[in-house]
Amino acid sequence: MPTVEQAVALGLTAAEYELVVEKVGREPNEVELAVFSLMWSEHCAYKHSKKLLKTLPTEGPRLALGPGENAGAVDVGDGWVIAFKVESHNHPSAVEPFQGAATGVGGILRDIFAIGARPIAVLDSLRFGEPSSARSRYLLEHAVDGIGHYGNSIGVPTIGGEVYFEKPYEQNCLVNVMALGLARSGALIRSAATGVGNVLVLFGASTGRDGIGGASVLASAELGEGDADKRPTVQVGDPFAEKKLLECSLELLEHGLLVALQDLGAAGLSSSSAEMASKGEVGLDIDVARVPLREAGMQPWEIMVSESQERMLCVVEAGRLDEVLAICEKWEVGGTAIGSVTDTRALRIYVGDELAGEMPVPALVDDCPLYDLTVQAPAAGLYPAPPPVLVATGASNPKEILRALLAAPNIASRRPLFEQYDCIVQSRTVRRPEQSDAAVLALPQAPRGIAVSIDGSGRRVACDPYAGAVEAVLECSANLACAGAAPLGLTNCLNFGNPEKPHIAWQLTEAIRGLGDACRALDVPVVGGNVSLYNESGGGPIYPTPVVGMVGELPDVARAGRSGFLRAGDAVGFAGPFRPRLPGSELAKLRGDELPVGLEPIDIAAVRAAQEAIRDAVRDGSLSSAHDVAEGGFLIAVAESCLAGAIGATLDLGAVQGADELDRILFGESPGAGFVISGSEDALRRLAERVDLDIFGTVGGESLDVTSGDVRIEATLDELRVAHGSLEALFP
Amino acid sequence: MKFGVIRFPGSCDEVDAVLACERVPNASAQLLWHGDPDLHGVDAVVVPGGFSYGDYLRVGAIARFSPVMESVIRFAHEGGLVLGICNGFQVLCEAGLLPGALLPNDHLRFRCRQVELDVVRASMPFTADCADGEPLSIPVKHTTGRYYAPPEQLESMHAHGQIVLRYAPGQNPNGSLDDIAGVRNAEGNVFGLMPHPEHAVDPLTGSADGLKIFTSMAHAHG
Repeated sequence: MPTVEQAVALGLTAAEYELVVEKVGREPNEVELAVFSLMWSEHCAYKHSKKLLKTLPTEGPRLALGPGENAGAVDVGDGWVIAFKVESHNHPSAVEPFQGAATGVGGILRDIFAIGARPIAVLDSLRFGEPSSARSRYLLEHAVDGIGHYGNSIGVPTIGGEVYFEKPYEQNCLVNVMALGLARSGALIRSAATGVGNVLVLFGASTGRDGIGGASVLASAELGEGDADKRPTVQVGDPFAEKKLLECSLELLEHGLLVALQDLGAAGLSSSSAEMASKGEVGLDIDVARVPLREAGMQPWEIMVSESQERMLCVVEAGRLDEVLAICEKWEVGGTAIGSVTDTRALRIYVGDELAGEMPVPALVDDCPLYDLTVQAPAAGLYPAPPPVLVATGASNPKEILRALLAAPNIASRRPLFEQYDCIVQSRTVRRPEQSDAAVLALPQAPRGIAVSIDGSGRRVACDPYAGAVEAVLECSANLACAGAAPLGLTNCLNFGNPEKPHIAWQLTEAIRGLGDACRALDVPVVGGNVSLYNESGGGPIYPTPVVGMVGELPDVARAGRSGFLRAGDAVGFAGPFRPRLPGSELAKLRGDELPVGLEPIDIAAVRAAQEAIRDAVRDGSLSSAHDVAEGGFLIAVAESCLAGAIGATLDLGAVQGADELDRILFGESPGAGFVISGSEDALRRLAERVDLDIFGTVGGESLDVTSGDVRIEATLDELRVAHGSLEALFP
Repeated sequence: MKFGVIRFPGSCDEVDAVLACERVPNASAQLLWHGDPDLHGVDAVVVPGGFSYGDYLRVGAIARFSPVMESVIRFAHEGGLVLGICNGFQVLCEAGLLPGALLPNDHLRFRCRQVELDVVRASMPFTADCADGEPLSIPVKHTTGRYYAPPEQLESMHAHGQIVLRYAPGQNPNGSLDDIAGVRNAEGNVFGLMPHPEHAVDPLTGSADGLKIFTSMAHAHG
């Protein structure tokens, strides 16, 4: 029999172990303890975040499937739904970036087809240390390679994403992947196992020792010394196996052969079977001797917790088992009946005829203690000021700042990254990366479409967890507005440090409060998401990073917005309740300024009204371009519109009192609230009736020329292009 | 005109190819399963993009031995029209239906981008709807697309007009020899290209220039 010490080594607390003993009615054996330690890990049980997550709004008129299933879904009309979810694979990627990122893609794609939707798109959200560090460059190169390897090989386009480089992610990088799927609304399948006597079928890859303990050892503890030794806990991905698994799963569904479907992710067979039994309020008997293994001599507990990739579990009626196995045979994915549905409400694990473990399903899934966090705002800033870059290069005038910001790793073109991803397979991509602020996909019921964006600036959340989280939501909805889309639903991935520390608990609590308030103010439900805690290493916690993924709809993809200026002679306008501030901005970072304590409060209602006005103008075709002002502020947004359209602009901002004030106007930030737009002067004047709007200049020429009183900034498109292309050096 | 599009396990662009074929007036398209040697009476075969059988060996090396490919090879030898796109081009080279080979890109990375192509030879049966020298905008997306053929073979290909498409000056995305983007066999009934014409059939998703490849095939079939 295992001891309490072994339980603690597996990640349980002594008190949790006592509770396990009480729930099982005796000391758990080796198999049972292995299963409990994973089911009660932070990764599976959300024991430090569940109470907070319950405060998020999850209702909306277009909601098709809310939190609780493998992915959420929204109704996009005419009987179609879009399923989507974002998930993290941070610690595996920090230990082994290629496979960590690749299996991150594989895992989230399985979540999508596990509910019966065909995956149609992937977006990724990445965080690394500064590219000046060799470790960051290594993680970046291999994580991008891994994402591309998996997504490209499986035929799902990677249509968007974002990446930020900040020192606090140096040791603990973040790899969050969002996937979207398309399904007929009636065809969604649940994961609840039902029908006593029905058969449990495992299909897909064979089971090995890879990924054992991933959820508890890797995902639910801080990173530390000797993490290289944890490499065996990282799973290895095989996109070809997943491609077959995907087609097989969808074909099984199409033939109406499945009662329930579930993917095997964290904690493998343990969590997938327990979750299925819990949702169906049944019991399951599993014979691990029937599980196809890829190596000999695996112990029952190893089979139960293995995180081998590319496996699915389904419940089928006994009379249709042969049909199911025939389709598995067609796709060469090896289906095996490994158990059956019972009325015991227990998860019973057999080795042949011999009972190796028996656990009450509610104890596994519902009885893990949920903790109240001890919340304490930090007395002083948690993060050191970033190292100054701008002073070192001697840049001080606006043109030099413009160039330095365009070349800054957080702003420079992501082309060297996104060109490594197939963004066009499946023939739906109407707006590719850098064509619009959000990716746009056509839906089957043309001309309707959806737009998708993913965002979240950890540094700003570090300044102010509440306001930073609000900004992440507004930034996403601003991106959608520029594409002409109205938000339908939101998914989030909460990447934070160790929640048992009061200041981290405070960041988490405040950020979730911000997310909830922003979602309520925009009437956007949260359809699901993921929490990744313990993102700390010897270097301290990461910036608190809630990543927000948002899906919106647009009535006519032919009118999807563009971020680039289009036509010489168009007027350039600036719209929205923009209140630029330098503290917390990208320029402040380049200058090495301390992170401010608190950000400017946001009038969400005013921002929403502005976004709706922009959206409507894009939709009615009256704007040539729309681009939201994000990192780097107003002038960077204008430069980006010039570069995206390969055409210059001439602006006159009028006289401004003092260089500091000019810096604030040109480079200050107010995420989600300001828009650089272009179009006919008439169209812009009409829009001015709905939103604060100034007309500043005209599109045209081969350079960006800005005048403010006696200050002149003149940069050719080539100069801008060279600065903006700075990341190319990272991918020679 | 009935197109058949091969589906290997690991194919990615087979549905896109079917959709492209179906845009050709009076044409239909169906998928052909890799394990079935029956070509079901199709008039032309498209070997699509993707990662056939995972491409864990050399790209295209396993696919050429599949039951359906044996029939496709016979079909080609009998004069049937065969179009290979990206992985399909690699498979046709492996099968010996097209000259040369596709090597890893000179930068060793996957690259997805819209490229400009020049039609070197506008003729039946794959580029008849284009003009000589006509520029086409079609995307590429691959890791293994650097075209290579030994000097003597290349010379013979030039002599027989087998170079059909070139990357426009400055557009070569992979280090292909002589900017070669697409080649045909000496008989002219088998054509392979690395760019994806099936992803350039609608201005809404980027360009419609690739559709000309499919309409040319239909015209050739008559």
